[in-house]
Amino acid sequence: MNAVIASTRAELLRLRKWPSMWVLLAAWIVLNLVFVYLFNYITFATGGTTDMASSAPPDVLLAQMLPSAVPQVFTQGMAMFGGALMLILGALTIGSGYGWGTWKTVFTQGPPRSAALTGTLLALLIVVIGLVLTVAAVDLGVASVIAVVESESASLPAADAMLKALASGVLILGMWTAAGVLVGALARGPALSVGLGLVWVLVVENLLRGVAAVLDPVSVVTDFLPGTAAGSLAGSLAGSLRDFGGDTTPGVLNILDGGTSVVLLAGYVAASALGTVWLVRRRDVN
Amino acid sequence: MTSGIVVTDKLTKRYGEHTAVDAVSLTVRAGEVYGFLGPNGAGKTTTLRMLTGLVRPTSGSATLFGRSPGNSAVAARTGVLIEGPGFFPYLSGRDNLRVLSRYRRLPDDAAEAALHRVGLRERGHDRFRTYSLGMKQRLGVAAALLGEPDLLILDEPTNGLDPAGMAEMRELIVELAHSGHSVLLSSHMLSEVQEICDRVGVISRGELIAQSTVAELRGDTSLLVRADPRERAAAVLAELLGHDVVDTVGDALTLAVSPDLAPKVARVLVDAGIDVHELARRERSLEDVFFDLTSDVTAGDHTSNDARRVS
Repeated sequence: MNAVIASTRAELLRLRKWPSMWVLLAAWIVLNLVFVYLFNYITFATGGTTDMASSAPPDVLLAQMLPSAVPQVFTQGMAMFGGALMLILGALTIGSGYGWGTWKTVFTQGPPRSAALTGTLLALLIVVIGLVLTVAAVDLGVASVIAVVESESASLPAADAMLKALASGVLILGMWTAAGVLVGALARGPALSVGLGLVWVLVVENLLRGVAAVLDPVSVVTDFLPGTAAGSLAGSLAGSLRDFGGDTTPGVLNILDGGTSVVLLAGYVAASALGTVWLVRRRDVN
Repeated sequence: MTSGIVVTDKLTKRYGEHTAVDAVSLTVRAGEVYGFLGPNGAGKTTTLRMLTGLVRPTSGSATLFGRSPGNSAVAARTGVLIEGPGFFPYLSGRDNLRVLSRYRRLPDDAAEAALHRVGLRERGHDRFRTYSLGMKQRLGVAAALLGEPDLLILDEPTNGLDPAGMAEMRELIVELAHSGHSVLLSSHMLSEVQEICDRVGVISRGELIAQSTVAELRGDTSLLVRADPRERAAAVLAELLGHDVVDTVGDALTLAVSPDLAPKVARVLVDAGIDVHELARRERSLEDVFFDLTSDVTAGDHTSNDARRVS
């Protein structure tokens, strides 16, 4: 246990000073603001429509941008670009260590490989939790400003709804980060792991869903893919958003119910973490 | 006899059909500096990787402090620099050592002490990616020194260092040995190994072909004689010293006797009317021995080394 804590502290120190991580997190926050608030606000202010909410009337658009709707809109970006960015973070965190030769250095410093990797995963979990809390705070802040500017209610969302959204966000982003870690360990390098991960997230899953639309048996598989689970969990939170009369964003699905999505995502997190530890423990480090 | 803190028994690593390390049995004793020599691709680094738990052996065994490589208790007593330093390029030298100190469960000031020891304290705040090759190498040695380990495994620690840096590194290794550390040192710098190592192992084509003290490997000193006429000189000296100690090498004679006999040899030759052009003490350097042992690798003949195999 001490070795895991020591490894977590070491990883947090080096992650904290890693510019690439801050660039990815900043990109996440900016994209979230752009897609969730900026485009919708421009549409609302100009009276036009956007692809993000093509059929929503102005009053519905405004309702989605108020603080009370943050739990519903908060996870939308996670199914669209957030997963890809976090997968890149996970893949780079592990894969770069092979490129730089730092795993070789770390593994000769004393911690068992399983402890060192568990420390890395825990450090990334802390990063994910920090990101989710930051995004929630930023969203609440922006939504409050919009509420004040538009003379609407700035009342905060219910605590239980907010907690549910935060937990869902951690689970969705945690799953993609853990998947990136696994791909990084498989590829033993940053470039290949990032490339493979993005192809999977942005291309393969969508292609498979397209195939499933015409070849029904394939849907047995596509219904349980990581992206489907993440999109379905985001979709389950967006349910009440539909009640407002708005559409949901690309990647947000309603294939699985919330409970099944949570179980599936937790399974993917566990499988990715265990798979990574198993792989790195059994392979030589050159 | 001092006990071995590093002991391998028929340690072997195969990659498919290729045998990188073939049944290597070596022993590093407590408190000694052990030089591990071999041409490029001989299997030195693979052996060291197995000793540090980075690579699993195909067969055979290795123990450090009586335990398996990779064991946490072993790693805590071992400092390692394998095939070039691997650090986070965006972190400073100091922060890299702080990260490793945390992995090793040491206080952060351990990093400062290690930086000081290798002369990098002034540049400790600079990013690793801005370091010269020599500075990177020093930082690698600093990482190996974290926690004052009992055993240092250093793979080519002087790579990239300038002559002054090499001398400093030599002094550091000697100082570490004097302060009770054991050192397993792989190096191409044979003069350096000759100077600082107590014992050496020579590996070629994955096999340990010699393991002994430096003095034993270099053999006894002898006398070199250039005299005219050479044949008559050889006959006179053979009569004086015995046929088995006189050998002809090119235009000279070598005498496998103590250099203390030089005055007597000179007197006998002069008394016999032979002109003595040169009479010198002959010493084989470790480099001579190394090339003798490994020369057949390039020639493609491997049989003669078997006769010299020690273990």
